Amino acid sequence: MRSSRRSITDLILHLHPRSVSFSTLRFTLSWGLGGMAVTLTGLLFLTGILLLLVYQPSTDSAYSSVLTLTREVPFGLWVRNIHYWSANLLVAVALLHLLRVILTGAFGPGRRLNWIIGLALLVLLLAANFTGYLLPWDQLAYWAVTICTSMLGYIPLCGEWLQALFRGGSEIGPSTLANFFVLHVAFIPGSLFILMLWHFWLVRRAGGLVQAEQGRAERSPTVPDLVMREAAVGLTLVALVLLLAMVWNAPLQEQANPGMSPNPTKAPWYFQGFQELLLHIHPVYAVFVWPLLGGVILLAIPFWRGSSLPSGVWFGSERGRVAAIWTAVAGIAATFGVILLDTLVLSSDAVAANTLITRGLAPTAVLIVLAVALYALMVRKLRYTRAEAVMAGLLLAVVVLSMCTVVGVWFRGQGMHLVMPWAQGAM
Amino acid sequence: MKENSSTETATPTSAPTRRRFLNWAWAFFGLAAVTELGWLGVSFLNFRKDRSTPARAKSIITAGPVDMFEPATVTAIPQGQLYLARLEDGGFLALSRTCTHLGCSLRWDEEQGKFICPCHGSSYNAAGEVLTAPAPRPLDCYPVRIENGIVKVDIAAPQKRQCFEPGQVTRV
Ligand code: FES
Repeated sequence: MRSSRRSITDLILHLHPRSVSFSTLRFTLSWGLGGMAVTLTGLLFLTGILLLLVYQPSTDSAYSSVLTLTREVPFGLWVRNIHYWSANLLVAVALLHLLRVILTGAFGPGRRLNWIIGLALLVLLLAANFTGYLLPWDQLAYWAVTICTSMLGYIPLCGEWLQALFRGGSEIGPSTLANFFVLHVAFIPGSLFILMLWHFWLVRRAGGLVQAEQGRAERSPTVPDLVMREAAVGLTLVALVLLLAMVWNAPLQEQANPGMSPNPTKAPWYFQGFQELLLHIHPVYAVFVWPLLGGVILLAIPFWRGSSLPSGVWFGSERGRVAAIWTAVAGIAATFGVILLDTLVLSSDAVAANTLITRGLAPTAVLIVLAVALYALMVRKLRYTRAEAVMAGLLLAVVVLSMCTVVGVWFRGQGMHLVMPWAQGAM
Repeated sequence: MKENSSTETATPTSAPTRRRFLNWAWAFFGLAAVTELGWLGVSFLNFRKDRSTPARAKSIITAGPVDMFEPATVTAIPQGQLYLARLEDGGFLALSRTCTHLGCSLRWDEEQGKFICPCHGSSYNAAGEVLTAPAPRPLDCYPVRIENGIVKVDIAAPQKRQCFEPGQVTRV
């Protein structure tokens, strides 16, 4: 008995260091978000395996197999709901984790590679979520996937090729389902697994979580201090997910009907910020130029000297906190303002001949000028550090995207017109 | 590497060349393997791509006699997944029902007299021209033929167009 307990401890110590710095144990440093992501991934693997036993990946039987699952298989509905809720929570948790990393200065030297792996993990997560979205082959799935694969077509040069590759042909059909199924159950989970292990290992190599006091901080033993805390967060989360899955069902609409797009047709919530962009910006810019710019900036940012906040302190300093609050407020106001302005004033004057310029190049130029001006204002005039300015910029981007998501989820009704959430009835 | 050292000391002059040769061989075989795998993958995927693009044996569909369509109306032709528009001047235009923005399927709104996309709110007039963005170009159209007073549409491939031109309309 003793020896078996020893071996469990040893196993844990293969994954964790023997002791961890006391200051990193504080819940409010990391909010346990990384651990939550692992827990949810675990739940997803388990429920995914169960679902795989019932689901049939062909256009004829996919929908009916999901119906069988929810109606006849004991606990089938619950298992599907758990999978659904874990997946959605995982996206939210991963995004919050990203935000936490930005706000506590956890992407500086020594953690650069891990930042990049983290971004790759985020992309994989979104891909996993989205490929899973198609599998039930209902109206929701069919049209969301139609839209998203059509987006690929706007990528210059290889767009059409990519689109045909993902669809497995020119139209959405059996090959598309097969592609998404393979991506969802084999390719993405495999890559996720490898990258996650690498991610954890790099955290450990960088000396654990970011911490404020460098040098000889107090340390506490991993077993039990860290493991207990991890278990507490993990189990609470599992309980929460199971509860959510009992109360709210995962959506399932009618079977896919290629002839009729439901009105409104919305993307899954984590893409609705993006969808809101598509309403305002020329598709080439919304689909290609902006994501490319955003991606390059995100990848490059840790390599800009002094771009990371002092590690382990939220917002870097009290001044940083104030800047962050103002940024968030300004971001919220600006997003709503611009959306209203564009819908009420700008887009009403017919279609300008040159949307590629008026709705592509011009907004992009304005954005770049604004970004440079705001950076100069913060650093030159207000004497913020570069790290604080970068933090404010990234935070602004996150706030704007989340506000677009809020608008997309709650304020867009039939025909994608702006409506009040209570006017469009139950969500 | 350890084991090699003994043979290397035996023939000190040939060892570096042999090692270099072996390294080259490794690189060569590695590249060959990668190329083969890539080729395999691409041909595999291409085959599926071709096969699932339906070879429409019957690419010409019959919409109906000319008199069936009043001027200034739009009629859905379900078997071709398209709309047949008869313009005010009596010309025919076969329009794809797929929105040129991101591929949702359009609905003809009789009251407002325009195509409305449920996805991002694009709208088009009866000739398929964009009325409201974000759609970037007019609806794709299919070639229309009129034989013995019967309207026929060739649905083999939709034709992209940048703007509406009178040449796209088939007259009786
Ligand atoms: S798909 Fe029609 S407006 Fe976007």
